[in-house]
Amino acid sequence: MFKALADPTRRLLLDQLFERDGRTLTELESGLDMTRFGVMKHLGVLEDAGLIITRKSGREKLHFLNPVPIRLIHDRWIDKYTERQISALADLKTKLEGTT
Amino acid sequence: MSATTLSTTQVYRVYIKATAEAIWTAITDPDWTDRYGYTGRAHYELRPGGRYWVNPGAEFRAEAERRGNILADVIIDGEVLEADPPRKLVTTFRMLMDEQMAAEGFSRITHEIKEIPGGVCSLTVTHELENTPTLALLVSGAQEEYGAGGGHAWVLSDIKSLLETGKSFAT
Repeated sequence: MFKALADPTRRLLLDQLFERDGRTLTELESGLDMTRFGVMKHLGVLEDAGLIITRKSGREKLHFLNPVPIRLIHDRWIDKYTERQISALADLKTKLEGTT
Repeated sequence: MSATTLSTTQVYRVYIKATAEAIWTAITDPDWTDRYGYTGRAHYELRPGGRYWVNPGAEFRAEAERRGNILADVIIDGEVLEADPPRKLVTTFRMLMDEQMAAEGFSRITHEIKEIPGGVCSLTVTHELENTPTLALLVSGAQEEYGAGGGHAWVLSDIKSLLETGKSFAT
């Protein structure tokens, strides 16, 4: 996963998906100065690392950002997690109502 | 991040060293669903047209009451559209804990479990959130810093911890 993240083009692709998820290859390559094959290769590396998931929608292949692998790193390495989670449960209703 | 920047469909995948049956049980058995993520006792009538509902767990309810929030008995409801144990579960999903999200109506969640050689399964959650922007924001984890939990990524991460280590984040 870190190898997949180590490349600036791949980070840019992830940034694009973060901004708006579910994009096609054509949409993703339009933002990059690179051949279609180059973009496909980078997307393949990201998919192998579990960072993106593709779904077929009719004749199109849509690319979705999968934040779970990064989440796993976060959950294992960040301290005080349990404490935060308990307060999260307790405050859920209050906070949700406060964000309207 | 605003609701408009989010896709209406969100997809999440985690790999878990567990059997498909164990993962299925963790998703569909209320004694399991109360142990990870947002907790709560999920009930599924596992046939098309069957009901789906979630009751708050005892601890969640007690904590809410301590803070002056009396929770309803049903905090999430929906309908089972497809149930193929232990591989695929499709339901509608409506969050009732918040008036705005309740008013948005039903979204649709698909759980898919696939076995991979080596005793590992992938669990993919696809949440179609076409007319539910407030819920979309919640399940994306974008409101975590405000105490709303980390959404699906957090829940899947916690299911993995629970199944692989016997412990969830809260225990």
